[in-house]
Amino acid sequence: MTRIVVISAGTSIPSSSRLLGERLGEATAAAVTAAGGQPQVTQVELRTLAVELAHHLATRVPGTRLREAFDLVREADGVIAVTPVFNGSYSGLFKLFFDALDENVMRDRPVLLAATGGTARHSLVVEHAMLPLFYYLKARVAAHPVFAATKDWGSASGKLERRIARAAQAFAPLVMAGAPAGDDEFEVVDFTDLLGG
Amino acid sequence: MQLGIFSVGDITQDPTTGRTPSEHERILAAVAIAKKAEEIGLDVFATGEHHNPPFHPSSPTTLLGFIAAQTSRILLSTATTLITTNDPVKIAEDYAVLQHLAEGRVDLMMGRGNTGPVYPWFGKDIRDGIGLAIENYALLRRLWREDVVNWEGKFRTPLQGFTLAPRPLDGVPPFVWHGSIRSPEIAEQAAYYGDGFFHNNIFWNMSHTKRMVNLYRRRFEHHGHGPADTAIVGLGGQFFMRRNSQDAIAEFRPYFDVAPVYGYGPSLEEFMAETPLTVGSPQQVLERTLSFTREVGHYQRQLFLVDHAGLPLKTVLEQLDLLGEILPELRKGFAEGRPAHIPEAPTHASLVAARAAQDAGEEAEPAAPAAVDDVTGRSPYPVAEAVEVAR
Repeated sequence: MTRIVVISAGTSIPSSSRLLGERLGEATAAAVTAAGGQPQVTQVELRTLAVELAHHLATRVPGTRLREAFDLVREADGVIAVTPVFNGSYSGLFKLFFDALDENVMRDRPVLLAATGGTARHSLVVEHAMLPLFYYLKARVAAHPVFAATKDWGSASGKLERRIARAAQAFAPLVMAGAPAGDDEFEVVDFTDLLGG
Repeated sequence: MQLGIFSVGDITQDPTTGRTPSEHERILAAVAIAKKAEEIGLDVFATGEHHNPPFHPSSPTTLLGFIAAQTSRILLSTATTLITTNDPVKIAEDYAVLQHLAEGRVDLMMGRGNTGPVYPWFGKDIRDGIGLAIENYALLRRLWREDVVNWEGKFRTPLQGFTLAPRPLDGVPPFVWHGSIRSPEIAEQAAYYGDGFFHNNIFWNMSHTKRMVNLYRRRFEHHGHGPADTAIVGLGGQFFMRRNSQDAIAEFRPYFDVAPVYGYGPSLEEFMAETPLTVGSPQQVLERTLSFTREVGHYQRQLFLVDHAGLPLKTVLEQLDLLGEILPELRKGFAEGRPAHIPEAPTHASLVAARAAQDAGEEAEPAAPAAVDDVTGRSPYPVAEAVEVAR
């Protein structure tokens, strides 16, 4: 089983971030299947966790559904992270989620970055805003991120389709190589090593 | 099973009256609450340690010493003693004196402390938190167990020919718990030494608490202290009781909503579902508390947080009266189905007895008096070689 989790931070209904996340999830699943894997894609819409995230920020107490989302990420072989562009960057809600994750959860975990925005003028937001965040988190970022402007959804040329397919092709091998084992049990360093240390 | 209370020592405005108690009032209230705890039959009173407002307990042994003088039975403890920023030599001295004055009614819970600036204020670096907790505690153990300590570490001035005065009461150091919420290293430390592990779960879901406790239990067995179910476990807890559960909720909600740490967060109902907090009737508190055993197994110490968030002293004392009423039922419930091989938490008396039993097996040697001649100040070095590491 290859577990892919799509985290989307769109706030409208329907949301183009959610839509892009779905398309990327499907394309990745298809690429994984083609390579002989058994993909399982789960969607997490941060809009539904906004209140629990705010509570967590203020109190550090994670609600039930937020904890479930953390567990999904912790067990994921790959994460597709999609944000709308707000004021030239990822949205606050998007950052809130990755701030709330336990330290090191994203370390070495394959990530496909994607963003949606009103016009193509925002298209470098992935490189300029999202990439530094995931570089800091030490995630294994796939080489082909996707940006979709509003216009792309009505474009007949199939360009978005091709970008999605190319991103999935680049992401699938990382996902199939897998992420570090989920730390279902805490990692223990023997105390004699800690004493020496 | 030890049942008791622990206090953070926060000085918080009462949101229902707008009145903030003075430091003086809160310090005296801590004494009144500890005495009340003994009166209703609780086993443990533990105080926090903080070095910044709005908290008062910066000098726990002064507070506990004063309480010791006015009580006769209750065990005095900490929640927690900052093993990172305190000098382990001073901890060894302070708690040894307290142990003598309290006739052994003392144990400690080590913690790292999570207030960033306290580290630099005491000349430490928060990034060394785990390292400090490990090194300082290793030294503290030696100070309490060896007559002459020669020591060198990373964080503190070396010691040559140092003898702790006074020696621990009856040559038996206080029992130590290690409190940690989410650091596996600390659970491992507690397991390594066969010390107690306390999970202050009051802000955490039981599933997390269970994972941490299981880790400690597993490693306790790994390090050869006995089966996992005989490890020494303590838990936190939090309640607000009135005879009628709706009255409890109505009275507590304004305190909850703006409380330090969890105020302005989840609703009272959500928080009750997610954490051990129980606001309701005495029967509800009883049932919820007894349910903890199902999660973490039979354990040894249950401490409740009762004086916080601006609750007035009168209310806190009423809460303790109500706790006193369900105490027999709590004890009965905890005893139910508890296998005979599950130990109680060690006390001074049990540790002295264990030491005597151990000594009876070996060549009887009377508890050594101080290895230093305190009249002449004779050098301790000649005897240093004879001192065994008492681990």
